[in-house]
Amino acid sequence: MVVLLLLFSAFTVLPLIWMVFTSFKPLQEVEGQNLLPTHWQPENYSQVFTSVPFARYYMNSVFIAAWVTFLTCLTSAMSAYAFARLEWRFRDAVFKMYLATMMIPGVVTMIPNYTLMVRLHLLDSFTGLIVPSAFGAFGTFLLRQFMLTIPTALDEAATIDGAGPLNVFLDVVLPLARPGLIALAIFTFLGTYGSFYWPLVLVKSEQLRTLPIGMMYFDTAYDRQTNLLMAASLMSLLPPIALFLVGQKYLVRGIALGAVKG
Amino acid sequence: MKKQTWAAWLFISPNLIGFAVFTAWPVAFSLVASFTNWSLERPQTSYVGLRNYQELLGDQKFWLYLGNTVYMMLGLPVALFGSLWLAVLLNRKLPGIAAFRTLLYIPSFASGVAIMLLWKALYNPDYGPINQSIRLLYGFFHIHADVPQWLLSTKNLAGLDVEKVGITGSQFGLGARDALNIMGVWTAIGGNNMLLYLAALSNVPEELIEAAQLDGASKWRCFKDVTWPQLAPTTFFILVMSIIGGLQGGFDQARVMTTGGPSNTTTSLAYHIYSLAFEQFRIGYASAVSWVLFGFVFLATMVNWRFGNRATSYV
Repeated sequence: MVVLLLLFSAFTVLPLIWMVFTSFKPLQEVEGQNLLPTHWQPENYSQVFTSVPFARYYMNSVFIAAWVTFLTCLTSAMSAYAFARLEWRFRDAVFKMYLATMMIPGVVTMIPNYTLMVRLHLLDSFTGLIVPSAFGAFGTFLLRQFMLTIPTALDEAATIDGAGPLNVFLDVVLPLARPGLIALAIFTFLGTYGSFYWPLVLVKSEQLRTLPIGMMYFDTAYDRQTNLLMAASLMSLLPPIALFLVGQKYLVRGIALGAVKG
Repeated sequence: MKKQTWAAWLFISPNLIGFAVFTAWPVAFSLVASFTNWSLERPQTSYVGLRNYQELLGDQKFWLYLGNTVYMMLGLPVALFGSLWLAVLLNRKLPGIAAFRTLLYIPSFASGVAIMLLWKALYNPDYGPINQSIRLLYGFFHIHADVPQWLLSTKNLAGLDVEKVGITGSQFGLGARDALNIMGVWTAIGGNNMLLYLAALSNVPEELIEAAQLDGASKWRCFKDVTWPQLAPTTFFILVMSIIGGLQGGFDQARVMTTGGPSNTTTSLAYHIYSLAFEQFRIGYASAVSWVLFGFVFLATMVNWRFGNRATSYV
């Protein structure tokens, strides 16, 4: 059994190991048969920053992902509270509509959203990259599921003490929903940070390129410089890996909540 | 009650307005657009009825790309059983097991352009490490054969023809579509599905397994007749979700690694729609194709709702 596990791990890890070693190789060694570089060349990493505006791509990606995450968490927490805790007339109908749109493929809404951006002159702008991605139904769904697991006795007690819906939301439900919010934040950040399709159709100028877009053009321009490409790829993976290590336990819970009953 | 209604609308309005503008309206708009000849390169737009849908059904390319999409979903069952196997292996208390889980999870959450560039380099037919290893093996066993050309080749394990819908002997082999499938399995195997299986495994009642062991059942019989049926809802869920994802998938890797080629063999329906809408600007026709894709996804979802385990309902 342990042998099998090691075999599996090798299948997973070998490409990653190759990636790390290749990123330290001089160009003439990239095509060789040795796994390890005979001459270690850490300058590859700094050369990525001088070959393309890599720092710019980094900042764009993090900036956009941070804004989308903030907006998604804020609006989703509010709407999830309305769905999970408040009584209002069209609640179930509106929620069913949210749920129904979750199965609609992204490409269906992508085209009209693109024409909308054209009409609003938001092509090639941060606003166009951030705002349309910040209101998905998924966040509302995930947080609603989470809030339903919080006992209602607490907010009933607060209501009897005279707290209004806003106080119940801020002082009771939101603090208890923290693990769910953190999971949603991680999902949203990772998803936006790695998103490819929307920036690809929306971005025209080089200053607005995000990491995935910038790296794709980097690959086209520096096709055979595999060592530089691997250095750039590894650097782009650092924020997600750091985020994963920090938020691992929230992530696992979020996957179980959002997925099992999906 | 009245006060709650007011509060509810205030709470939901930021998300609902965004949802209406960027999700609900586009869905309706896209359906209407699919009945027009709207193109960003033509000044006049008019209704053409069902003509877009007729055109796509009669288009050989549509069926070829549908075939590509389905072929590039063949890795899904492999990944599913791989995830299950891995979860069974990891579902024990051993020192360092958590580190293994993290390690195996890396490819799935780190997936994206970085991972695609990595595999593009791995698959390089001349100096990529995969073909270098194959050449070493060939040399060791004195085999004289051609190495696979991976992303440059139209060959595939099913022998699908390039020009028309069908099978032809000359196409048997390993090519771009298989390369993308292998990468997909590598990415998915230790990811969310493995975590779902781990969660499901920990919910299998231990009494059941102990009872079977008392009756003298072998390890394999225990798994096949006790654990596997208990995992059925999870397996069904993962399968349906993978099919739904797979039908819409294949865009990113095709754009980054193959630009849909060679000879359009890695062009999935999602890539086809992208190319129609954003390269040829045929918005109306692209919308029609996207609604047909939606139709397939809808069917898969209906199967899930009809036959899936619905222990919990949402509303």
